[in-house]
Amino acid sequence: MNDLKRLFTYLGPYRRDIILACLLVLIETCFELIIPAMMADLIDTGVASRDVGYMLLKGGEMAFAAVLALFSGLAYARFAARAAYGWGARIREAEYSKLQSYAFSDIDAFETSSLVTRMTSDITVMQNAINNGLRPVVRAPVMCLLGIFFSFSMNAQLALVFIILTPLLGFGLFVIVRRVAPMYSVLQRTVDGLNNVVEENLRAIRTVKAFVRGEREKYKFGNVNASLRDTGTKTNSTAVLNLPFFQAVMYACVLMLMFFGGSMILQGTLMVGELTGFLSYVMQVLNSMMMLSNVFLLLTRSLASAERISEVLDRESALREKDNPVTTVKDASVEFRNVSFKYSPDASENVIDGISLYIKDGETIGILGGTGSGKSTLVQLIDRLYDVSEGEVLVGGVDVRDYSLVTLRDAVGMVLQKNLLFSGTVRENLLWGNKDASEDELWRALDIAGASGFLRSFPKGLDTDLGQGGVNVSGGQKQRLCIARTLLKHPRILIFDDSTSAVDTATEKHIREALAQLRGVTKIFIAQRISTVMSADRIIILDDGRLSAAGTHDELMRTSDIYREIYSSQMKGGTL
Amino acid sequence: MPRIVSAKKPKNLGYTVRRLLSYMGRHKYSLLAVAVLVVVSVACNLLGTYMISPLINSLVAGGGMSSLIKAVSITALIYVTGVLAALGYSQIMARSSQKVVFDIREDLFSHMQTLPLRYFDSHQHGDVMSYYTNDVDTISDALNNSFSAVVKNGFQIIGTMTMLLVLNWRLSVIVAFSYAAMFLYVRYSARKSKEYYRKQQRSLGVLDGYIQEMVAGQKVIKVFNHEEENLKGFSERNSELQEMGTAAQAYASTMIPAVVSISFFTYTVVSLCGGFMVLGGWTTLGAIASYLVFVRQAAAPINQFTQQSNFLLSSLAGAERIFELIDMKSEIDEGSVTLASAGSGWVWQDGDKRIPLRGDVRFHDVSFSYEKDHPVLRNLSLYAKPGQKIAFVGSTGAGKTTITNLINRFYDVDSGEILYDGIDVRRIKKDDLRRSLGMVLQDTHLFTDTIRENIRYGRLDASDEDVEEAARIANADSFIRRLPQGYDTMAVADGANLSSGQRQLLAIARAAAANPPVLILDEATSNIDTRTEDLIEKGMDRLMEGRTVFVIAHRLSTVRNANAIMVLENGEIVERGDHEELMAQKGRYYKLYSGMFELT
Repeated sequence: MNDLKRLFTYLGPYRRDIILACLLVLIETCFELIIPAMMADLIDTGVASRDVGYMLLKGGEMAFAAVLALFSGLAYARFAARAAYGWGARIREAEYSKLQSYAFSDIDAFETSSLVTRMTSDITVMQNAINNGLRPVVRAPVMCLLGIFFSFSMNAQLALVFIILTPLLGFGLFVIVRRVAPMYSVLQRTVDGLNNVVEENLRAIRTVKAFVRGEREKYKFGNVNASLRDTGTKTNSTAVLNLPFFQAVMYACVLMLMFFGGSMILQGTLMVGELTGFLSYVMQVLNSMMMLSNVFLLLTRSLASAERISEVLDRESALREKDNPVTTVKDASVEFRNVSFKYSPDASENVIDGISLYIKDGETIGILGGTGSGKSTLVQLIDRLYDVSEGEVLVGGVDVRDYSLVTLRDAVGMVLQKNLLFSGTVRENLLWGNKDASEDELWRALDIAGASGFLRSFPKGLDTDLGQGGVNVSGGQKQRLCIARTLLKHPRILIFDDSTSAVDTATEKHIREALAQLRGVTKIFIAQRISTVMSADRIIILDDGRLSAAGTHDELMRTSDIYREIYSSQMKGGTL
Repeated sequence: MPRIVSAKKPKNLGYTVRRLLSYMGRHKYSLLAVAVLVVVSVACNLLGTYMISPLINSLVAGGGMSSLIKAVSITALIYVTGVLAALGYSQIMARSSQKVVFDIREDLFSHMQTLPLRYFDSHQHGDVMSYYTNDVDTISDALNNSFSAVVKNGFQIIGTMTMLLVLNWRLSVIVAFSYAAMFLYVRYSARKSKEYYRKQQRSLGVLDGYIQEMVAGQKVIKVFNHEEENLKGFSERNSELQEMGTAAQAYASTMIPAVVSISFFTYTVVSLCGGFMVLGGWTTLGAIASYLVFVRQAAAPINQFTQQSNFLLSSLAGAERIFELIDMKSEIDEGSVTLASAGSGWVWQDGDKRIPLRGDVRFHDVSFSYEKDHPVLRNLSLYAKPGQKIAFVGSTGAGKTTITNLINRFYDVDSGEILYDGIDVRRIKKDDLRRSLGMVLQDTHLFTDTIRENIRYGRLDASDEDVEEAARIANADSFIRRLPQGYDTMAVADGANLSSGQRQLLAIARAAAANPPVLILDEATSNIDTRTEDLIEKGMDRLMEGRTVFVIAHRLSTVRNANAIMVLENGEIVERGDHEELMAQKGRYYKLYSGMFELT
C-alpha cells in the first residue's frame, strides 16, 4: 500500500486532472440519483393530477440534468485519461532516469527483460487501475451510504438485515482479495520467466537455427508457458470466486427480506410498496459493495506492479558521487595503489589482486594476459564502470571516487571489448563522442580509425542506417566505428580493450600507426597480439589478476617467460 | 543488411474476431458449458426477482404464513441454482481462458521459430517481445473478464428487450431508438479508439525496443556520459506513447458516460410519453411505473456491455498484431532430401536414392545481395572436397561470413547454385542440412542453464562423458573445472559471468559435441588469447580430422595448413591456392602475410 501511495506522488501536475475527474464522477452520480426522484414527481404529481404544465417542466428538468450528466461524463473521460497516461509517463521517466544512475551490479540484479516489463506492462496495469477504478471508487461509497441511509429511514427494523449481511459480505470479499494478492506477485514472476526465455531465444536465434534447435526451444517455451497457464488459472479461479459469493449474499439478503418483509405485511406493519422500494435500495447497496471489491481486486493486481516499480525506484545505486566532487582533471596520469577487486562481495577469489602500477601522463601502455586474467576489469576501474573492492585508483593524482562522474568519464575514452553501436545512422552514432563535431572532424576521426574507406564506399556514407546493434556492418567495421566514436571525445586517457580483434591485420596496422601520432594522450592498449603492444613504452603482463611482469619489449624478452612464450607462439603462426 | 518494412494489411476487425473465436473454438465444450451456465444464472436471477410479485400478490390475496414459506423456499431453490451456475461458469472460464492464451502464445512462439533470419534482422527485439509482454496480456485480461460478461449482458439485454416489448410495444419503439443510438455511439468511439489503441501498442513496442537497447548498451552510455541525451530520446518516445494512450483512452472512456446519458434521455422521453399516454387513456399509471423500472434496469447491462467492449477493443488491437505475425511467411523449405544415419555414417535420402554424406561442397556462379543493387557476392565458384579445409581471407565486409550463411541457408542465393554432395542445397530439408553442418558463430550465445547443458545444446542426446570429452577437445575443460560449481555452474544473462574467450571455448565445445561432417568456423578464434589459442588449435586439428571445414579467420596460422585459401575482395575471389602457391604468386595474400611480417 505504501508503494502505491508513493507512486501517487508522481502525479505531479496531473494531480489537478485526477481531482477534477473525481469531482465530475461525483456530479454525475448525483444526477443519477436525482433523475429518478424527478421522474417520481412527474408521474406521482404530474400525471396523477393531470397537470401537463408540471409534467413538461419536470420533463425539461430531467432533460437538462441528462445534458449536464453527459457533459460532466465527457469531461471526466478527458481528465481521467490525461491523468492516467500522464502519471504513467512520469513514472516511466523516473524509472528510466533511475536506471541510468545504476551501477552494473544493480542492472544484473534485475535482468534486462524484467526491467523492461517494469517500465511497460507494470505501468499499464497501474494506468488500467485508474482508467477502470476511478469511477467505481468514487461512485460506490456514495451509492452505498445513500442506499443505507434511505433504507433505514424507510424501515429501520428491516434494515437490520443489512447490519448482519453487509459485514459478512465485506469480510468474505476481503478474505478472497487477501488470498489472491500474493498470487499476483507469483504470476508476475512467472511472466518474467517466460519473457526471459523469449528474449534469450531472440538473441540467440542464429545459434538456434544453426543447431536446428527450434523444437527444443519450443519445448522450453512450452514448459514456462504451461507453468504460466497453471499459475494464471490458480490465480484467476480464486479471484473469480468473489462473484458467486457476492450473489449468494445478495440472494440471501433478498430471501430474508422476502421472509421478514412478508411476515411484516401479514402482521400489517409493512406496506407492499415499501417492500419493493426497499428491495431496490438493497440492490444498490450490495452492488456498490461488489463494485468496491472489483476495485480492490484491480488494486491488488496493481499492488504487485507498484511494488515492482518501487523496487526500481528505491534501489540505492551502488555507484555514488561525493558531495563536493572534483571537476577538473590535473593531468592524465593513472595510478593503481594496491588495488583488489571482485564482482560480488561473497565471491571467494579476487579478479584483480593487489595491483600497484603508475602510468605517467602521456605514456603508452600495453597490457597482455590470458583469458580471464583481469585485463578488462582492470581498465574498467579507471572510469568507474566498477569500483575497487580494496585500494584506490587515482587519475591525475586524485582518487577516481572523488571526481564527478561526468568529469572523470569525459577525461577517459574507452573502446570496450564488447562494444555496441545503436540503432540509427553512422553519423548519429559518431556524434555520441562529440555532439558538436563538424563534418571534417568526423572524417578525421574516421581516417584514424581506418573507417573512412569502407564508409565512402557506402552509397549513403555517414547517413547509412546501422540497424539494431549495428547489424548492417561487419564486426571489424563496427569496431572501427567504435574507435572513431571514442576519438571524437578527445579524451586525455584513451583505453582500447582488445578493440581491433575483428579488424584485418592491414587495417589494424594503419590504426596503430595513426594512433601513435596522437600526442599528449595517455594510451592503454589491451591486446591479444604482441604486434599491437610491442611499440608501447611499457608492456604489462597480467596473470590470474596479478601483475606478473612489466617492461619494454626488449626487457620482457629477457625477463619474462610468459612473454617469450606468447612471442614465440605468435611468431610461429606468422600473425605478428 | 536491409531493413524490411512489412506491408501493412488492411485492418480488419471482423477477421480478427473470427480468428480469435477459432482459438476459443478449440475449447468448444467448455465454452458451450459457460454459455449455458451463464444463461441459467441470468435466468435464475430474473426468475428469482420475478417471484417477488406472485409472493406479494398471494399475501395481498390473503395467503398465510404457509404460502409465504412456500414462496420463499421456491425462490431459495432458484437462487441456489443461480449461485451454483455462476460458480460453475466463472471457474470454467478462468480455466479455459488460460488455455486459450496458452495456445496463442504457443502458436506465436512456434511460428516465430520458423521465420527467416531476415525477419530478425529487420525487427527490434523489443518490438517482438512486445507481442508477449503486451499483446498477449491484453487478450488474456479480456478473456478473463470480458467474455462471460459479454454473453451475460447480451442475454440480459435480449431478455429485457423482450419484457419491454411485451409490456408496451409503443413505448418500446422509443427504447429501440435509444438502444440504436447507444450502439452507434459505441461503434463510433470504438472505431476511433481502436485506431489510437493500435498506435499506442506500436509506440509501446518502440519504447520497449529503446529500453532493451539502452539497457544492453549501459556500459557504452556511461563511457560516453550520454545519459542526458538518452533521457531525451527516451522522453520523446515516452511522450509519443503518452499522447497515443491518452487519445485512445479519452475516446474509450466517453462510452460509459455517453450511454448513461442516453439512457437518462430515454428515461425522460419515456416518462413524458408514458404520462401523456396515461392522460390519453392508452394505459394505466401502474403499468407505466413498472415499465419505467424495466427501462431503468435496461441501462445497466448496456453499460456493462460497453465497459467490457472497452477491454475487448484493446485486446483486439493486440490480437491483430499477433495474427499478423502468425500469418507471416515461414522460412521457405521446399527440400525433400533428408538425412538418415547408415551404420557409422550418414546418408542423404533422395527419394529412393541413397547418397552417402561425404561433405563435398561446391559453389557454381553464386551471386547474392542482402539489398537489391548492392551485391555482396558476385559469380562465385569454389569447391571443397570431402575432408578438405577451405579458408577465407579478406578484409572485413568482403563477404566471408555471407558465404557460410549461404551454405546453411540462413539466406538463399540470388542466382547460381550450391551443391552439397551433388545435391542442390535448396533440395535438402533445411533442418537436415543444418544438422549436417557444425557452426561456430561469430558471437557466442549462451542460454540460462548450466555450462553442461549449454555444451549439450550441440547434441541433445550427448552423455555427460560426451559433454566433458567435447569440452576437452575444445580445451574448455580446465577452465570449466575451475568455475565455482564446475560443469554445473549457471551461465547467466547471455554468459555475462564468463569472459568472451571462455564463451568462445564453449561454442567450440558445443560444435565438438555436435560432431558434424562439415564444420563452419566463423572468426571464432579472434578473441582468445594466444596461449589459449594455441591449445585450441591442437583441439581443433583433432576435431577437423576427416571433416570438410570452412574457416574464416584473421590468424594466418589457422589458414596456413588449409588445402585451399580463398582471398576475397568485394564479393569476388581474387586469389586461390594453398599457402605455398599463394606465397609464390606474390599477390594480395603474399602482401598480407609479408606486410605483417615486416612489423617484426
